[in-house]
Amino acid sequence: MRIPHLLRLFFVSCIFLLVDFSLSVAQEDLSKSWFNLHRVNMLIFLVFFFAVIIYFIERAKRGKSLFIRRIAGLDAIEEAVGRATEMGKPVLFISGIEDVDQIQTVAAMIILGNVAKMVAGYDTPLLVPICQPFVVPVAEERVKEGYASAGKPEAYNRDNVRYISSEQFAYAAGVNGIMLRERPAANLMFGSFYAESLVMAETGFSTGAIQVAGTANIHQLPFFVVACDYTIIGEELFATSAYLSKEPKLLGSLKGSDLVKAIIIGFLTLGAVLETFGITHFTRWFFIE
Amino acid sequence: MDLLTIIGNTLALILTLCIFSFLYKDNPFYKFAEHLVVGVSAGYFAVLIYFTGFIPKVWDPVTKKNEWWYILPAILGIMTWTRFLKKWSWISRFSIAFYMGIAVGVSMPLDMQGRVIRQLSATMLPVHLMNLQGIWNLLIVLGVLCGLVYFFFSLEHKGVVGGAASVGIWILMIGFGAGFGLTVMGRVSLLADRIQFMREWYLMVIKGVTGG
Repeated sequence: MRIPHLLRLFFVSCIFLLVDFSLSVAQEDLSKSWFNLHRVNMLIFLVFFFAVIIYFIERAKRGKSLFIRRIAGLDAIEEAVGRATEMGKPVLFISGIEDVDQIQTVAAMIILGNVAKMVAGYDTPLLVPICQPFVVPVAEERVKEGYASAGKPEAYNRDNVRYISSEQFAYAAGVNGIMLRERPAANLMFGSFYAESLVMAETGFSTGAIQVAGTANIHQLPFFVVACDYTIIGEELFATSAYLSKEPKLLGSLKGSDLVKAIIIGFLTLGAVLETFGITHFTRWFFIE
Repeated sequence: MDLLTIIGNTLALILTLCIFSFLYKDNPFYKFAEHLVVGVSAGYFAVLIYFTGFIPKVWDPVTKKNEWWYILPAILGIMTWTRFLKKWSWISRFSIAFYMGIAVGVSMPLDMQGRVIRQLSATMLPVHLMNLQGIWNLLIVLGVLCGLVYFFFSLEHKGVVGGAASVGIWILMIGFGAGFGLTVMGRVSLLADRIQFMREWYLMVIKGVTGG
């Protein structure tokens, strides 16, 4: 029987932890162990979470249809690109100010690939100002792939993926400059944003561009809601990237996280009911030192 | 007050006014300040990373402590520069993959702990209709549940699910409204701070001119 690599890795890790824990018990010094008994609940939760996600990824890989509801913001992206094409103006894609190790930037890169494919089909220029150096090669790859998959690799212009600055407000100032001077007709802002969100969204609004934004940084969402035409809220950002890419890994993780959410809803309801009746054991299980 | 401080503060004031001139419209003064901040920050970060990254984390351990294994991440870093060579640019993917893999691996349990389990534990509250706290708790629990339903992508927002999702989005919007107000207040305080700076500059100049 063929055992999947991930399962093998899991078994090896379990054996390693077990040996390490047994040695620590034998030496009567648990502080040296890699296994922290106070965080068993975290381990159980993570193992369960990964198992569910791997299960759904495998299902998606086998071609099973996984339903995801349509997200309103997705139509807005197409509408924005269409408008820019009609006006003969560029599309501006801003991928946030965090590095590529942040999951929101990864989601933004996936959306960028799809936007690149879309604009390549319409021969619309795509401008991508970047804040973090490490994001530049990833963005270049995504845009290049997008143009190639639209059958127009020659239309890719490397100079349109530009590093601006790693400093938050210098980046915002640079992006504002692009908005004011190159006058993109569509501003797409996806990724992790902080205090610069309103500065950029407000400038984009003043130039009359159609704006679609999405972030999981809850403190910045209010600014996008007031200054943009469409806002993709929180986890919708990840769902958008999964929906657009149709990538089994992303679809599977989205379905998996939906199931985990359903379980969380169940735990939450049960916990609140038990707490109301003064039973606190269940809640205490979720406590982490 | 020494001359250098006066020159520095005057420059800061001029640049502040250059940026504020954007409120009228895009103009050469704003463009100058914008290009200056972008250029200076790029140069500043390059030097900063050299002195806070390369020197203490690569150069010093390798040359002073013989911890040669610090060369390995440095090699990964150098590999990213192959982006400039068309033929060898594929090598940079190894560095990016390594960086992303490590980052995701580290952040996964931390996010699960901070954003899921702790939040879950903090929301399991006793709900009573007999006292005000119990009613607030009920609102919190219901708000979180409806918010979670809104972010459920496997079902269409119709019927009961649709109703709960609508409540969820209302709760989110109320939260956004409160967040917006709070942040605007913070921004106003930043503006007040800048105006205070201008006032202090004015007083400083008057004092310098009158010798008072």
